[in-house]
Amino acid sequence: MDWINNLIAGLSAGQQLALFSLLKILAAIFLVLLPIVAYTVLVERKVSAFIQDRVGPNRTAPPFIKYLPVIGPLLQRLGIFQPLADGLKLFLKEDFSPSHVRTIYFWLAPVLAMVPALLTIAVIPFGSKLGAEKMVIADLNVGILYTFGIVSLSVYGIVLAGYAANSKYPFLGGIRSSAQMISYEIAMGLSVIPVFMMVGDLNLGAVIDYQAKHGWFILYAPVSFAMFLVAAFAETNRLPFDMPESESELVAGYNTEYSSMKFGLFFMGEYAAMVAVSGMMVTLFFGGWTLPFWGLDQPATSLLLSAAHIGVFLGKTLGLLLLFIWVRWMLPRFRYDQLMDLGWKRFIPLGLANIVVTALVLLLLNRN
Amino acid sequence: MGKIVERANLRWFERLYLPAIWSGFKVTARHFFSWKRSEVYGKEQAGFELKATMQYPEERWTVPTGYRGAPYLVSDQDGHTKCVSCQLCEFVCPPKAIKIIPPGPAGKSADRPNAEKMPAEFEINMLRCIFCGLCQEVCPEEAIFLQKDYSLTGTTRAELIYDKEKLLALGGTHGGIQKWKHKLDEAKEQETFPLKD
Amino acid sequence: METTLFYIFAALTLLFGFLCVANPFSRNPVTSAMFLVLTMISISGLFILLQAFFLAAVQILVYAGAVMVLFLFVIMLLDLKEAEHTHVRKVALVTGLVSVMGLGVMLVLSIAGSGIVEAPAKRAIGDTKLLGQLLFSKYLLPFEIVSVLLLVAMIGVILLSRKEAK
Repeated sequence: MDWINNLIAGLSAGQQLALFSLLKILAAIFLVLLPIVAYTVLVERKVSAFIQDRVGPNRTAPPFIKYLPVIGPLLQRLGIFQPLADGLKLFLKEDFSPSHVRTIYFWLAPVLAMVPALLTIAVIPFGSKLGAEKMVIADLNVGILYTFGIVSLSVYGIVLAGYAANSKYPFLGGIRSSAQMISYEIAMGLSVIPVFMMVGDLNLGAVIDYQAKHGWFILYAPVSFAMFLVAAFAETNRLPFDMPESESELVAGYNTEYSSMKFGLFFMGEYAAMVAVSGMMVTLFFGGWTLPFWGLDQPATSLLLSAAHIGVFLGKTLGLLLLFIWVRWMLPRFRYDQLMDLGWKRFIPLGLANIVVTALVLLLLNRN
Repeated sequence: MGKIVERANLRWFERLYLPAIWSGFKVTARHFFSWKRSEVYGKEQAGFELKATMQYPEERWTVPTGYRGAPYLVSDQDGHTKCVSCQLCEFVCPPKAIKIIPPGPAGKSADRPNAEKMPAEFEINMLRCIFCGLCQEVCPEEAIFLQKDYSLTGTTRAELIYDKEKLLALGGTHGGIQKWKHKLDEAKEQETFPLKD
Repeated sequence: METTLFYIFAALTLLFGFLCVANPFSRNPVTSAMFLVLTMISISGLFILLQAFFLAAVQILVYAGAVMVLFLFVIMLLDLKEAEHTHVRKVALVTGLVSVMGLGVMLVLSIAGSGIVEAPAKRAIGDTKLLGQLLFSKYLLPFEIVSVLLLVAMIGVILLSRKEAK
C-alpha cells in the first residue's frame, strides 16, 4: 500500500482533489447508483406483483447458477438476475430512428433526461468519511440550490422528447408533463426553506450535523416533509401524478418513438431521479447517514464505522424508494386539473404559511 | 338521460386525502402479506402455492373444447389419409397458408380403396395460419381439424412449414364414416343384386 | 488554472451567444433557444470563478431552468415557421450599425477606464448570508420595488389572459 501513498503524496493538492473526485464519481455512479436503479426496477416488479397477488420475475438465471445447492433456486425465485437480462436486452435491441423525427433533438432528449438525475447525486452525502475523504462528491456550500437548479434542468429532456417526435400527441404529452414539473419545482423549493432557516446554512453536511445534534427534521418540520414528498412524486412523474405518462400507455406519449438504449436512458433516468430525490429527502429530513444510537452520529473514525454510515444511508434511501413503489399501487391517478390545482393553489400558500410560522417560532425561541 | 351522481360533501379531514391513503394502504398491505392460494388452480397447484400466476411450463391450462389450435390432417380407422385433394381449404384460407399440389392424371393414386385421389404435396405454413377454422368448416371429407396444439415454435421459418407427413403424424386418427368405402361396398352389392326376371 | 478556466468559459459564452443568433445548423428557433441555455450555463461558470456561488446556482435555477423552459414552450406552441427573408430597409440598417458602434465604443471606453484587477475577489464567508443581510438592510428599497415589479407583471398576465366575462 506504500506505493499508493507515495503516489498520492507526490501529486499536488489540486491533482489530488481531481483524482479523488474522479474515484468518488466512478464509485457513486457505477457501484451505487446504477445497481440501485437496476434493482429498483426489480423491486418494483416484485413488490407490485405481491400487492397484485402475482409472483413477478422468478425464472431468470444463468445456466450454472440453477444447479447450486440451496442458493441457486432461491436466487432464481427472487429474480435477482432479471435486471441483467433486461439490460442485455436493451443493449441488443435494434435502435430504430423513425424518419419523421427531428434528429438532433431525438438523440439529445434521452441524454438530457438521464444526466440531471446523475448530477444531483453529486451533492448528497453518502456517508461521513472514508479515511480522510469525505463521502460526498462535491461539498458545496450552496448544495440545495445546486440541487434545485439541476432538477429544473431535467425538464428539458421531457420537453425536447415531445418536440423531437414531430407529431401532435407526443408533443402535447411532453408539454403537459413539463408544465407539471415546473409547477411542483416551486412547491419543492418553498417547502424546504424552513429546514434551512432552522439550520442557518445551505450546506447539506451542516444539515446532517444539525440533525445529529438536535433530532431529525421530520419531527420539527412534518408539513415540509409532506409537501416535499408530494412534490417529489410530481417531479419524477410517478403515480399518483403520472397523467402525462399514463397517456403514453394509452395513446402516443413522449417516449413512444424511442427504442433500445434511448428508451433505456429515459427509463433509467426516471428511476435515477427517484433515487436522487429519495437521497435528498433522507439528507434533509431523516438525518442522512446518522443514527441516534450506537455512536453513529459522529463522523467515522474507522473503516467499519464508515461502512456502517454508508449502509445506514442506503438503507434509509431504499426505505423511501419502497414508499415510492408502494404508493404507485396504492392510489389512483389524479386528474390533470386536480394536479395543477394542488401545485399552484394549495401548495404555494401552504408553503408560504409554513415559512412564516417557522420564522415566527424561531423568532420567539431566540428571544428567550 | 344522464344519471346524476350524488357527490358526498367531504369533511375537511377527508379532503386532506389522508383517510383515502390509509384505506389504500390497508388494502395493499393485506394483499402483500397474504400468501394465498389462487382459487383458480387450487389442487393442481400443489408445490406452487402462491398467487394467481400459472407457472407455465410446469403447469398447463386446460384447453376448452372447441379451441382452435393448429390445423392437422387426420387419418381414418385404417390409417389412410382422408384428404382427397379437392383444394377447397386452399381456396378458402384467408392468409393463403395452405399449399396443395394435386397429383394430376399421372400421379400416385389414393392409398385407400375407391377414393379418387390424394394430395401429392400438402403444406401448411404455420406462420401464416391465423387459426380461423375455415378450412375445417369447408372440408367435405372431414380431413383437416384444428386441434388443441397452441404453442408452435421453431428456430427457422422453414421449420414451421409443415408438410404432409408431419401433419398426418400430428393429426392422429379421426374415424367416422368412411364414405368412399361404403360407396364401394354399395356398388359391389349392386353388381351382384339380383334383378327381377 | 483559474485563468485557463476563465478563458474557456468566456470563449464558450461568446461562442454560444453568437451561435444563438447566427447558427449554421438549422433555422429552427428552438436551436437558438438551446444555445441561449448553454450561454446561461457558461455565464454561471463565470460566476463561480468570481466566487459568487449563490449567484451561479440561482442563475441556473432561474434562468436556465425556468425562464428558458418557458421560452421554449412559447416557441414550440407558436410553431414559428422559418424566418422569411424580408427586404432590409436602408434606414434600419444604418440605425442598427450606428447603435452597435455606439455600444461598442461605450464598452471599450469603460473597460479601458476601469483598470483590470489582478486578484480575484476574496470569497465572502457565508456569501449567501451576506447577500441576504445586504438585501434586507442596505438594499431593502430596491428589493421591494423589484418584488412589486414582478407582482405587477403577474397581475398583468392574469388580466390579459382572462376570458372576457359576458
